[in-house]
Order: sequence, then C-alpha cells, then structure tokens
Amino acid sequence: MAAKTLTPKPGAHFRIALPPLSGRLRPRLITVCAALAAATFLVVAWAVSMGDFPITFTEALRAVVGVGDPGTLLIVQELRLPRAVVGLLVGFAFGLSGAIFQTMTRNALASPDMIGFTQGAGTAVVAGIVFGWTSTLSTQALGLLGTFVMAALVYVLAWRRGTTGYRIILVGIGLQWMATSATDYLVARGMQFQAHAALGWLTGNLNGRDWSQALPLALTMAVLVPAALALGRLTRTLQLGDDVAVGLGTRVQVVRLALLVTGVGLVAFGTAAGGPIAFVALAAPQIAQRLAGTAWPPPLAAGLTGALFVTGSDLAAARLFPMELPVGIVTGVLGAPILLWLLIRANRAGSGG
Amino acid sequence: MMTPELQAGGLQLAYDQRVVVDDLDVKVPPGRITAIVGANACGKSTLLRALARLLAPRRGAVELDGRALHSIPTRELARRLGILPQGPTAPEGLTVLDLVTRGRSPHQTWWRQWSQADESAVHGALAATGITDLAGRAVDELSGGQRQRAWIAMAVAQGTPVLLLDEPTTYLDLAHQIDVLDLIHDLNRNEGRTIVMVLHDLNQACRYADHVIAMKGGRIVAEGDPADVITAENVAEVFDLRCQVTTDPVSGTPLVIPMGRHHTSQRQPR
Repeated sequence: MAAKTLTPKPGAHFRIALPPLSGRLRPRLITVCAALAAATFLVVAWAVSMGDFPITFTEALRAVVGVGDPGTLLIVQELRLPRAVVGLLVGFAFGLSGAIFQTMTRNALASPDMIGFTQGAGTAVVAGIVFGWTSTLSTQALGLLGTFVMAALVYVLAWRRGTTGYRIILVGIGLQWMATSATDYLVARGMQFQAHAALGWLTGNLNGRDWSQALPLALTMAVLVPAALALGRLTRTLQLGDDVAVGLGTRVQVVRLALLVTGVGLVAFGTAAGGPIAFVALAAPQIAQRLAGTAWPPPLAAGLTGALFVTGSDLAAARLFPMELPVGIVTGVLGAPILLWLLIRANRAGSGG
Repeated sequence: MMTPELQAGGLQLAYDQRVVVDDLDVKVPPGRITAIVGANACGKSTLLRALARLLAPRRGAVELDGRALHSIPTRELARRLGILPQGPTAPEGLTVLDLVTRGRSPHQTWWRQWSQADESAVHGALAATGITDLAGRAVDELSGGQRQRAWIAMAVAQGTPVLLLDEPTTYLDLAHQIDVLDLIHDLNRNEGRTIVMVLHDLNQACRYADHVIAMKGGRIVAEGDPADVITAENVAEVFDLRCQVTTDPVSGTPLVIPMGRHHTSQRQPR
C-alpha cells in the first residue's frame, strides 16, 4: 500500500500522491460537484414520481429498474423517465459545452447560444418544417446538420493564420444574427400551423420526449464527456493566452480544434434532442464557477449545474403553472436572477466576480 | 545546469507579405544575459518570438543544441526553453499559486499531475521571486511589479535552462523596473540560466546585460560587450538620435545621454 500524503496548500487544495499517480484535490470543488449531483438526483426522482398519476418515491425507483405493475411501469419508463433523462443529458451537454467555449475563448459571452451554433440548428429545423422536409429528415437530423454547418462556417471565417478566441466570438455573433433573421423570415412566410410548430421547437421543449431522443444523445455523450473532461487539463495553459500556452508546450491550434469539435458535438446533439433551451450554456458554467470559487468555469461542475438547471426548470414548467410551459421559458426566468445575484454578491465582496 | 546553444542562421521572418527580418544570423552566448535593443519596429520582438518558436521562420532556422526548433516536439522544447511574452493576462481571480503552478505543465502527464518535483519547483520559484506571501492572492489584484514577479515566477517554475523575456519591465515604474532586472540578474547568476530579453532602456541594457544586440530595420547593427556596442556612433545609427555616452557613475557601464533639438545648453558641432 503506497503512502498517501496530503499537504494543505494556501490555494485551497491538497496534494495527493499514490506513486506513480499524483494530482491535486480541491475540497470546495468536490463538495460543490457532490451537492449538485445529489440535488439533480432528487429533482429527477421527484419528476418521475410526481404528476397527474401520483406514484410514491419508492414505487418510482422500483419502476426505473423494472419492478412494479404494468401501469406504473408504462408511466415511469415510457413517459416520465425519458423526459427526465433527456432533460438531464441536454442540461449536462449544454453546461459542459458552455464551459468549453468560455474557457477556449477566455470570454464568458462565448457560449454556443451566443455565437450562432444553436441558431443554426433553429434555422435548419424551421426550414425543414416550412418546406416540408420533415417527412424525410427528422427534426433531430436537421438540428444536427444546422449546428455543424454553422460551426464549420464560424471556424472557417474566423481563420486567419490560425484562429483566436476573439475572432471566433465576433464572427459567431455576426452569423448568429444572420441565422436569426433567416429563421424569422421562414416563420413569417410559413403557414400558421407551420409557424406554430416552428415557434414551439425554437423555445426548447421537453414535453413528449421519448427514448428515441435520449439514446443518440446518451451514446454521443458517452464519448464526448470523457473527451471534454480530459481536454480540460490542457485548457489550463490556454487560459493564459496563446503565446504563453505555446511557451508551456501546448499545441494551441490542435487543442482548440479538439475543444471546438467536442463542444460543438455536445451542443449539436443536445439541441437536436431538446431544442435550443435558452440561457443554460451561458449561465450554467458561470454559476458553477462562482459556486466552486475558481477563476475558470470548472467543466464537471458546469455540466452538473446545467443538468440541475434543466431538470429543475422542466419540473417547475410542468408543475408550478396552471398550464404546462416549455422548459425554455422557465430557464431564462429562473437562471437570469440566479446569475445576477451571484454576480452582484461577488462584486460586493470585492472579488470582482 | 547545462549550457544550451541557441542560435539562428539565414533567418527570414515575415508577417504575411511583410518581411521584418531578412538573412539574420545570431548566436546567444550560453549562461549569460543578452539584451536585444533597437528602435520601435526594428524587428527585435519578432526575433525573440522566432527564438521562442512563437513565429515560424519563412527561411532559415533557429537551432537549440544543434536541432531545429520546429523538429523538437513542443512539450519537450517547453522543458528546455521558456518564453514570457509582453503584457500577458491571467483570468480574473486566478491566484498567484495557480498561475505559478501552470508553469509546470510541460512536466506533467495525465497520471502525474502534481509530483513532489512540481511542488518543490513551485515553492522554489515563489521564494526566488520573493512572492511566497502573495501565493493566495488573485493575480489581477496585485500591483504591476508584483504581477510581473508572479509571471516571472511561472517561467522560473517551468525550470528551463533558457529563458526569453519580451520587454519584462514595460508598464512598470522605475523602482519596479530595477527590481525586476535585479531578479533576472539573480536568476542568471544563482541558477546559471541563459537569458535573452528585449529591453527599451539602453542604460538598463548596459547595466544588466553581458551581451547586447543592437538592431535596426531587421538587421543586427552591432553586438557584443555593452561597452563596445553602445557608442555615440552606434546609437546615432540605430536610433537616429544624437547623444553623448559617458560612464555610469554607479555601475561603470556606458550611460547614454540623449540630445534632442531643445534643452542642449552646450553647443554641439554639426
């Protein structure tokens, strides 16, 4: 058994050494992640057990693993669980993707819903609805296509002897408005029922999600989440600027492209499954950063914050209001005050937020 | 510490179509402090960037111990050659300890993220730069001089035999400029690191450098011992500035007294 040494450090972390393994532990970050995971679990369990047909907490958990009467099994496994799982995965994907882009560009505004990626998905899906392509191409496929095309455009147009975070943001904002205008035009020229369907998708909605939305997203995330967490180590130098990062031995363009592909994959499959749920990718990493007290958006905590954010908002959207609302309306209403409160509190404390 | 050979031959450096440095040969004296001086836009920072592989030469090559920089894997190179660019910025709220810790990146792997060697190098760098007490503070809250010390500490923790610094004293007041230059002197004399820095102030270059490279229009006009390089003739050529060169009463090195069009009480021959 190797000796374990824990040395308290002024930067609020511990050194852990189990030769040849070594690393640093940040107690506050670990606590925040554990609390977020526990809260998300409770929200999902609550969402699965509550509804028009009440099921007890224990019954619901038993039904999740396939034990119970057929009626309960149907409601839990086919109706409530897929919706909760899609919410959980979409939230995690958006939060993690936001953290990747904000870290890569060193800018909190550079979340995928600010630099055009989700708007690209929106334009593609609305075009599909208005032009009647949805019989041959699923909404999911259109959403994926729209995001990937948009991401490729941003990357190519931002390229000038390599990319910089700043150029990606400016080009992305330009393309975001072009996509938004195109979507508005399509909605305006579409029939009334088409426009209604388009707007329903554009708000971000988890109502009626089934396993066919959850499965592709889950498979993609099984690959992309570990990749994103592994790349997180390399972003520690990227945060200091490109020149410093190169000097510290980071292959900046390769790492940035890998981050871009991972982040785009997460947001593309997330948007395809749940629609462009507003504000999550922007706010979740910033909320996680303030909860964990780090100087950068911590990837795992950002994903967990996103998951809690979306599942919690969907629960509120379905239960708190007289009529069921799309989750995309609630995320903005709930998320903005939380972020503002954290920012104001940080400024008063003098740590600059 | 070994004595690394950093040199370049037939170097052509360009940004897009604009050639900044053409057919330049340079050899950095190992284990010494070299200062590159020259007027604005003379190519001195461009040369430093090429020596640090931040800019790929269009022609010619930079070599470290006989190997072309572009043929050395960037992580391996980062264990042998460090670069502190001009005016680096840290994320808001990043602590000094976190910043200095990142200097160890080229020595870390997926499984060995924080070894005993990393820890001692970071503590050593904090002590050498005199900022151990500031370890828990945010970099953006420090004064300019303290902040520059923190960045130098990051480069020191990297533990490279060669350290390149692009205008390390810019934006600092005079006291902090001297403070940082003294620190660089200590790193050279105590740890034997080869140091190359771009400096604006000729008098500071004369005091602190063992070897001065004077550049103009992308060429090296003169190089060598400060006493041989910093003469009235060379300053007139490199900076288009008339001056008198006397002896620094404190250090005994050359002291440049510039002469403009005004405030020259003694008449000078034209």
